[in-house]
Amino acid sequence: MGYSAKKLIRLVDGMPAFPPSVYRILQLTSDINCEPKDLVRVIDHDPVLTLKLLQLVNSPYFGLSRQIGSIRQAVVFVGINTIKNLVLTIAPMEMLSRQGTDNRWMENLLAHAIGVGVIAKHLARRCGISEVEATDYFVAGLLHDIGKMALHRFKPEDYKDALRLAKKKGLPLLEAEREIFGVDHAQVGAMLGDKWCLPVELVVSMEKHHDWNPNLSLLQDCVYAANLMAKRLRVGNSGNDTPEHLPRELEQRFGAKIEELVGTLGDLSGEMNFTQILIHP
Amino acid sequence: MKVKFWGVRGSIPTPGPSTVKYGGNTTCIEVRTDDNDLIILDAGTGIFPMAMTLFPELPITCHLFISHTHWDHIQGLPFFIPSFIPGNTLRIHGAYDPIDRRDIREILSGQLQYCYFPVREAELKARLEYVTLKERQVAQAGSATVTNILMNHPVLCFGYRIECNGKSVFFTGDHEQLYNIYGPDDPEYHEYEQYMTQKNQAIVEFIRGVDVLIADTSYTVEDYPAKKGWGHSTYDANIAMARAAGVRQVFFTHHEPTRGDAALEKVFQDAMDRHPRQPGDPEFALAREGLVFEL
Ligand SMILES: [Zn+2]
Ligand SMILES: [Zn+2]
Repeated sequence: MGYSAKKLIRLVDGMPAFPPSVYRILQLTSDINCEPKDLVRVIDHDPVLTLKLLQLVNSPYFGLSRQIGSIRQAVVFVGINTIKNLVLTIAPMEMLSRQGTDNRWMENLLAHAIGVGVIAKHLARRCGISEVEATDYFVAGLLHDIGKMALHRFKPEDYKDALRLAKKKGLPLLEAEREIFGVDHAQVGAMLGDKWCLPVELVVSMEKHHDWNPNLSLLQDCVYAANLMAKRLRVGNSGNDTPEHLPRELEQRFGAKIEELVGTLGDLSGEMNFTQILIHP
Repeated sequence: MKVKFWGVRGSIPTPGPSTVKYGGNTTCIEVRTDDNDLIILDAGTGIFPMAMTLFPELPITCHLFISHTHWDHIQGLPFFIPSFIPGNTLRIHGAYDPIDRRDIREILSGQLQYCYFPVREAELKARLEYVTLKERQVAQAGSATVTNILMNHPVLCFGYRIECNGKSVFFTGDHEQLYNIYGPDDPEYHEYEQYMTQKNQAIVEFIRGVDVLIADTSYTVEDYPAKKGWGHSTYDANIAMARAAGVRQVFFTHHEPTRGDAALEKVFQDAMDRHPRQPGDPEFALAREGLVFEL
């Protein structure tokens, strides 16, 4: 079995474009001096993003004493910096939720993705990465399984076959995917990342999140480790939860074995719940 | 009620010969009610000398209110000696940080990680209680009530209003006067102005009639254009706010770290000259370390 190369390219081409507003926001906010009004304009033209932002600002996490009804009002009442940071978290989430969350399997996968994002950010902090950069680690964790989501979304029947095959033969999901599609979700994720012109480091992180080697960057290491940690903690479900150990070099890098690292995370539920609102307000 | 300033410097401590008069410690204000309840506003480095005066009163209950968790407002907290001594109670109030997704307890205990500080939270012998506040939530602090309003700063920052026996104090925390992100030619300009008016009115109403207003006044009008968006106000903006809210006494604080005593007095005098006294005006003064004000 397996898809021909041509069929695969057609499949990826048929997948949704990266929402231009999200792309624009990532671009704008990477410039520390970006004009607040430019940012507000991009948000303003994206009704989904606007809605999410307003839902969050009005959520108990902000604890505001009045209802906020528009983006501009939100900027005045909670400040442009807070809005900017919020949008930076929401934008990549949007990317995922637009893949659809219409069944249990997708929901579990999404919870897993959020868990990996949150844990990757914790690992980044542990390694002394600044709060601003730690957001990149969150995004990388969040997107690491986008290939899985895309395959499931666009070839649901074939993907169910892959899941069944993995279960029946006791195969890693990755191998079952290769049997059915001729590629695995890590490769599809990387193809999508290329198509969306995401930063190379992010694309490689998607490609290598099951296939560690000592030449990866800190961000890629963090996503790799976060993925294994999320599985141990059973945060969501990635469809493949045999517990694995960290490669020796990674244990050295983080100064701990995976069991101890998991122990340093503390209670993630608050952070997980908060991020969940972005998807199910 | 009584107010005492223990730290009046913004951003970073600035000890040295040029700051001897006004002081170099970062934000910490002690407020005492008529019943001698202790309320502490922010835990900058000024909290350390303050803590040294508390020994005769131990065991003690402290009501600490954190405006926001920027370094200069929490840096002294690990050195607040009463928290090491059993029998004391430290009740710490502050906002949830929706960006960092951590509440006040998580943020402050993060400060006590071993790599930053040799004592862990679990080893603190006092009773520590954390209260995560929502906007305008009323907190009781002994015989005083404390309410808050969201100010304008790069992170969520609460201004606190303390009331007791008919007297009141408002502390802005760090706050930047609102400004329109649009130019007058942009179609969104007027809508934004309206929201600004709403927010300004909400703040002015909240402060209305307080006996003492303690206001972040880091900048002069000349400084401001280069510092727009950094989250701090000017003398002129605070004078206008104090007049609008009809307050009795204003203390300017969060002094620019690069401004020595002489320069500070000069920019204060310039601002006073620019805004000649009008009938009903509040008294204006620079906050100074060690200064006590009875109301
Ligand atoms: Zn400050
Ligand atoms: Zn600040």
